[in-house]
Amino acid sequence: MTPAAITALRHKDLLGIADLAADEISLVLDTAEAMKEIGSRPIKKVPALRGKTIVNLFFEPSTRTRTSFEIAEKRLSADTLNIAISSSSVVKGETLADTALNLEAMNPDMIVLRHSSSGACHLLARICRSAIINAGDGMHEHPTQALLDAFTIRERKKRLAGLKVAIVGDLLHSRVLRSNIHLLTKMGAEVWVCGPPTLIPTEIRRFGVRATSVVEEAVRDADVIMLLRIQLERMEGAFFPSLREYFNVFGMTEKRLELASPDVMIMHPGPMNRGVEIASEVADGPYSVILDQVHNGVAVRMAVLYLLAGGSEHEAAA
Amino acid sequence: MKRLLKGGRVIDPGNGIDGMHDVLIDGDRIVRVGRDIPVEGVTVVEVPDGYVVCPGLIDIHVHLREPGQEHKETVASGTASAVAGGFTAVACMPNTTPVNDNANVTAYILAKAAEAGLARVYPIGAVSRGSKGELLADIAELKAAGCVAITDDGHPTASALLLRRALEYAGMFGIPVIEHCEDQSLKGDGVAHEGFHAASLGLRGIPGACEALGVERGVLLAELTGSHFHVAHMSARASLRAVRKAKEAGIRVTCEVTPHHFTLTDESLLTPVAYDTNTKMNPPLREAADRDAILGGIVDGSVDLIATDHAPHHYDEKNVEFDRAPFGIVGLETAVPLSLDRLVHSGLIRLPRLVELMATNPARVLNLPGGTLSEGAPADITILAPDLKVRIVANALRSRSKNMPFDGWELRGSVAATMVGGRPVFVNPEASIRL
Amino acid sequence: MPVVMDADRIGRTLTRIAHEIVERNKGVEDLALVGIRTRGVHIARRLARSLKEITGDEVPTGALDITLYRDDLMRHAVGPQPLVRRTEILFSIDDRKVLLVDDVLYTGRTTRAALDALIDFGRPRSIQLVVLVDRGHRELPIKADYVGKNLPTSPEESIQVRLMESDGQDEVVLQ
Repeated sequence: MTPAAITALRHKDLLGIADLAADEISLVLDTAEAMKEIGSRPIKKVPALRGKTIVNLFFEPSTRTRTSFEIAEKRLSADTLNIAISSSSVVKGETLADTALNLEAMNPDMIVLRHSSSGACHLLARICRSAIINAGDGMHEHPTQALLDAFTIRERKKRLAGLKVAIVGDLLHSRVLRSNIHLLTKMGAEVWVCGPPTLIPTEIRRFGVRATSVVEEAVRDADVIMLLRIQLERMEGAFFPSLREYFNVFGMTEKRLELASPDVMIMHPGPMNRGVEIASEVADGPYSVILDQVHNGVAVRMAVLYLLAGGSEHEAAA
Repeated sequence: MKRLLKGGRVIDPGNGIDGMHDVLIDGDRIVRVGRDIPVEGVTVVEVPDGYVVCPGLIDIHVHLREPGQEHKETVASGTASAVAGGFTAVACMPNTTPVNDNANVTAYILAKAAEAGLARVYPIGAVSRGSKGELLADIAELKAAGCVAITDDGHPTASALLLRRALEYAGMFGIPVIEHCEDQSLKGDGVAHEGFHAASLGLRGIPGACEALGVERGVLLAELTGSHFHVAHMSARASLRAVRKAKEAGIRVTCEVTPHHFTLTDESLLTPVAYDTNTKMNPPLREAADRDAILGGIVDGSVDLIATDHAPHHYDEKNVEFDRAPFGIVGLETAVPLSLDRLVHSGLIRLPRLVELMATNPARVLNLPGGTLSEGAPADITILAPDLKVRIVANALRSRSKNMPFDGWELRGSVAATMVGGRPVFVNPEASIRL
Repeated sequence: MPVVMDADRIGRTLTRIAHEIVERNKGVEDLALVGIRTRGVHIARRLARSLKEITGDEVPTGALDITLYRDDLMRHAVGPQPLVRRTEILFSIDDRKVLLVDDVLYTGRTTRAALDALIDFGRPRSIQLVVLVDRGHRELPIKADYVGKNLPTSPEESIQVRLMESDGQDEVVLQ
């Protein structure tokens, strides 16, 4: 792997992949490679972020992402603080801006934010001096998920450019989709997105992707197939008639998989609905890298935390 | 006391006047518009070259928030904002707390307006009691108390049946039904125009068709009832198409557009500040094709008038996540600079058309006394300085709220002075005129 | 810009160090080489080759990146972070005699970081320090076991070690 040409990110925060340039993405992925080795040591901890305070501020329930961030933080020796606030208590309680100001008064170095509103971390970033890391905001972005997906693909395929990546599922409501589209197109992959027309965002082609509602077309010769979670409540919004019909039309089955490249990778950001977007045989089958994704999440988040802890080149120059 | 506005270009489209004239005022009335009016015994006000004297501007879509939401705006602060923006009269929306659905609320607003003594205030009553969309409000009582139109603004009239009844009933008094056109099921929990930028930012979309459906519904019912249907804050090209077709068919439909819809597009959701809640309004900022269509409607006459949808919200209410923020921006003090800069100086329309859009037609649509410099008309006069450059500063607004996306904008064209009933109520210190 | 060691001198020096290592450890049994990135790794690999030539035995060799252990990492409020590279120690260091290899020994802070890092990989029987150049000015109580060349310098000077693998030529330059 050629080393990244730059040594620092150009931003104080990680709000979305949309803000990153290709060389910044490469820097994160290269750094993550170094970080991954730490997880295989007998003592899985380095002193890099000793004395740094990181707040994990989660307004939405999340086991996987929060745990992954927390492990990453601890492996870098940061002091971590978990704050979980249910969205319902926010309705009665203080505003996000006030929460941010209160946290800021305690002088943390970084805030990892998960929130149900798109753009919530932009609001936080405007208020806070701390570096803000977006751990998923509404339907907007989930940048560390896209980075760990890219890391997993690159690890296996040794490249991103030129790969055909098919993303299938609920495109409309997915922050994972948006981050992945930005990342994969910036890195030169050929991205196909697929789902029922009711779940495809307006003007999706302007993102530089091919869109189809014929799953066979998306999957044909794909090097990577990424499945997105179908949320059961979407049925009531009349986005599709039934889970059974969704599975029949879009579900990833072994038969559909036969159309893909012989060394296809099957990915899913989790949590999975077996028998809805993915058949169990596929989820547990030889092509699945779903658990690798989870494993790599820690290294990628360590890389992001490490790179943002030093501040940006921009600030250093100023 | 007699006052003579001497010099300047007088534009009064209703009377076909556009030229170098003087305007003689006696007390609260206009006496004469003409050349070489004798100056003996009158106070002469020299109007500088290049300034425009026109009928007082009228904004028929303003939220004054009083009673009940005085932390956002009051009748006094709202009318101060109005006169600073060149408006001599405003019509205020009934979605106050309580709703203006009865004569008491109407009288309260009018009393507050008289107390403030700035712009004239014409209350608009609710279509339904409490704007709940169930029973008709006491429209005769509202009309008698001073209401000039009815609307359930903020929301569309709840059902086609209720809108039909409202049109039929209001027709009896010769007042229009103003409609916030929107299909609510299609809007869902949308917060921004359904297009590339909302998709990219992960914001739930409101398609243009959502508004156009409401327009089509109203047009059909206006045809059915023969009453006057007025489309508020029209933003989508499909809505404009519906209005044009209705007008061609002779249906009594009028429509207004706002400065923000003809100035901005949904790209403002992203830049200069992503998720700026001051770019959140309903109807939302549309895509460029819609904005361009609206400009086309302004040029070809399909659009009847400009109204601001002045919607004050407190800083704290807007300083939240985008999807939690209320819709709306203030607009009274930016309407003239935006209109002059974006419509006149850009070469799209000439000044007489602008005066028509901001004074003559608003008065006609709501059947108001102003909008003209005819002999005997109230001396409501706006003096414009079309070439005076202004820098918009949110914190300097007279409005109690500062929520708008134009902070720091530099525009060409401003208000020089505003007179209501012959009385100067605003003089721009940057302008070279003394009243 | 005086060249203080040329290619030939560097080659002979490393051969000499290899012999000293064999002599002092009575062979290469249980030895392991760990080079500190970047140039320490190249030197460690060269030493491994020499040791093989001398004894016929392979000495496991690893690469250590000490960036995450640096004591100046978070000292500056803002500024780009040093690039982290991969640590590759694909063998257990438990109960081995580890030869820690670097190009230049100066303040001793890099060595301190490397010692901390090594300990996280296990419990070696001993750690010995190998450097190509010792330029003095220690700030920590650290001493090399094998020194290619002692080079008294002033703190204003800088020592550049250039190696084929990374720089296209072998030389040590004093600036």
